Amino acid sequence: MAIYLDHAATSPLRPAVLEAMQPYLTTHTGNPSSLHASGRRARQGIDEARETIAASIGAQPREIVFTGGGTEADNLAVKGVAWAATSRGRHVITTAVEHKAVLNAVAVLERSTFEITVLPVDGHGRVDPLDVAAALTDRTTLVSVMAANNEVGTTQPIEAIGEIVRGHGARLHVDAVQWAAHEPIDVDSWQADLVSLSAHKLGGPQGVGALYVRRGTQLLPQLQGGSQERQRRAGTENVAGIVGFGAAFSLVHGDPEARRAESQRLIELGRALTTGLLAHDGVSVTGHPDERLPNNVSVVIDGVEGGDLVAALDLEGVEVSTGSACTSGSTEPSHVLLAMGIDPHLAHGSLRLTLGPETSREDVDATLAAFERVLPRLRTTQGAQPKATVPA
Amino acid sequence: MSRIVAAMSGGVDSSVAAALLARERGNDEVIGVWMRTHADMPEGYELSRSCCSPDAADDARRVAQLLDIPFYTLNVEREFGERVIDAFVDSYLDGATPNPCQACNQYIKFDELLKRGLAAYGADAVATGHYARLEHRDGRWRLMRAADADKDQTYFLWVLSQDQLARTRFPLGELTKPQVRAMAAELTLPTAQKPESQEICFVPLGDYRELLEERRGYAGEPGPIVDADGTTVGTHTGYAHYTVGQRHGLGVALGEAVYVREVQPATNTVVIGRRDEVAQRSFSVDGARFTAGDPPGERFTGSVRIRHRAADVAAEVTMVGHDRFVIETAEPVWAPAPGQAAVLYDGEECLGGGRIARSEG
Repeated sequence: MAIYLDHAATSPLRPAVLEAMQPYLTTHTGNPSSLHASGRRARQGIDEARETIAASIGAQPREIVFTGGGTEADNLAVKGVAWAATSRGRHVITTAVEHKAVLNAVAVLERSTFEITVLPVDGHGRVDPLDVAAALTDRTTLVSVMAANNEVGTTQPIEAIGEIVRGHGARLHVDAVQWAAHEPIDVDSWQADLVSLSAHKLGGPQGVGALYVRRGTQLLPQLQGGSQERQRRAGTENVAGIVGFGAAFSLVHGDPEARRAESQRLIELGRALTTGLLAHDGVSVTGHPDERLPNNVSVVIDGVEGGDLVAALDLEGVEVSTGSACTSGSTEPSHVLLAMGIDPHLAHGSLRLTLGPETSREDVDATLAAFERVLPRLRTTQGAQPKATVPA
Repeated sequence: MSRIVAAMSGGVDSSVAAALLARERGNDEVIGVWMRTHADMPEGYELSRSCCSPDAADDARRVAQLLDIPFYTLNVEREFGERVIDAFVDSYLDGATPNPCQACNQYIKFDELLKRGLAAYGADAVATGHYARLEHRDGRWRLMRAADADKDQTYFLWVLSQDQLARTRFPLGELTKPQVRAMAAELTLPTAQKPESQEICFVPLGDYRELLEERRGYAGEPGPIVDADGTTVGTHTGYAHYTVGQRHGLGVALGEAVYVREVQPATNTVVIGRRDEVAQRSFSVDGARFTAGDPPGERFTGSVRIRHRAADVAAEVTMVGHDRFVIETAEPVWAPAPGQAAVLYDGEECLGGGRIARSEG
């Protein structure tokens, strides 16, 4: 059995989640829009999940729109708000370290004559709220900032940004896909108008997400069809998936005490893992030392190709990733690391290890042992590379 | 545990090679690797029959899944771009005919893949779907022609050193193509019926002229086409668009078939000749390499092949220094093209070869 340290890509479906989903795959299989009993029973599953998720983020059930995943939620938020608000302006602000779902959505807006401001980040991947304030104009209709980065785990000062955006009148979208797997959300203290969520990052099924849409937020639907989700997302709902999403959300956020204890446990394991990795020459931590997700350990390793290291560890039975699973097919070094000012050469040697509920101290030790076994041969064959440093 | 990398292109040959290896060594010792050699072509411009399209990656992955072997994509875009594509373009600009498959073997499959394979997968050898055989005899590795003479690919492999040969496996060497296809069908590999790829994998639709412009800014400047006497008989679109031996696209009507005899970059001139004028009995070769490390002697006899699938011709080889030689053939060979390989054989064994040099004068 492999050691799985890629929870930021997908955190495996929890048994209790599967159990909650099962009746909706076998018994309650009606279409939730149908009027008959089977339809009503399916609809009940969606309603319950909507209530669960809304309650745990301080929202009303009607403010939750279920989608086909985090990417769809981001697209709906960014394009939906930008297009709905064109009478007030065509300016959107985001950051250089957002997920591609946001960056590529704003790129499409840019081709439709929207003005896009992409804010820089510091060496730890953090946005300065003052930069947000400076970028806001009277034409700005949307500010999109992620709560926690998917590659390096750095968290953003969302409350401070929310304060600034609220005073201005633009809408604030927060991509909380990674954040929600570990940290609680209160949409009011963030002063967020839109929040993206995803089920499979917190032990739910893949292909399900949600967008919180604050009441009164104008949104242009991105899919045309039936009137599901209050006409904000057409298409028959993924009932079992949504039920699983609700169950997974409860597991993570239902017991705040247990969640805090688990975060603390992950922080300590992550610290041990980081210390072990740093014992090798040419390894540096990426992201913020403290303001980061509890389960994220990210490093760059000088003189090593990240993809080769991932393959080598895979053959040793340790499953990790380079930057993010979504971009690992491409040759370009991670846009997140580049935005943090990391040398492109060094950025090729990135490694992300993201821990989860089953991760044990033994897993951490075995991972470090595997790392130690493969690193020398990766270094000898790939030769000495020019030295590069991570900015402080 | 000794692991081996199976280079998988998505074609039927490398699929069967990987299958044979997995059967022989067990599926946890064979690592399937598909190499990304260049960026995807824009939509609608895809080379469905080429080894490097996204479709090919899909096919390779499906085969690896069926064989139950680990499968990775190895990015070699930078190395392939420099060593194969740039070299290809520069060869044309040099008035020569490029040899991209050989360059890919020399620098990518049996160098970069070997190095990276060792680093990433702890593998000590690379297996490919080439039709060629290896024998270890009298203390050294010998590169032998394939059992299927029609498919023999030693013409692209002559450049491998002892070091490389020692870490190479050719599981298809003893098989014929029909046998390989039958095996693919028997294993129900999705690639069993795939047509042969013939085109150069990074040249869409076989037209390399765009690549010259894209990589080196060469748009082509019209210049003269001259005959053996130096008389201008036509106009060409740019010397780099022509290769020695070429017959089509000259736009010259002289009442008989004419061929490109020489390409002169310095004067942007293309020289043509009749069929018998482009044949030669003697030519020189540089960049010589021998699979054994050294040539068999300062002067030796054997046979030479100057293009893939051409017939061998008996030849006498005279070394000039350690990396050049002169070839004299028993009968005229047709249009030895500068840049192409002259590959030497002693019966079934491939001894090595070199790059046909520009003829003097």
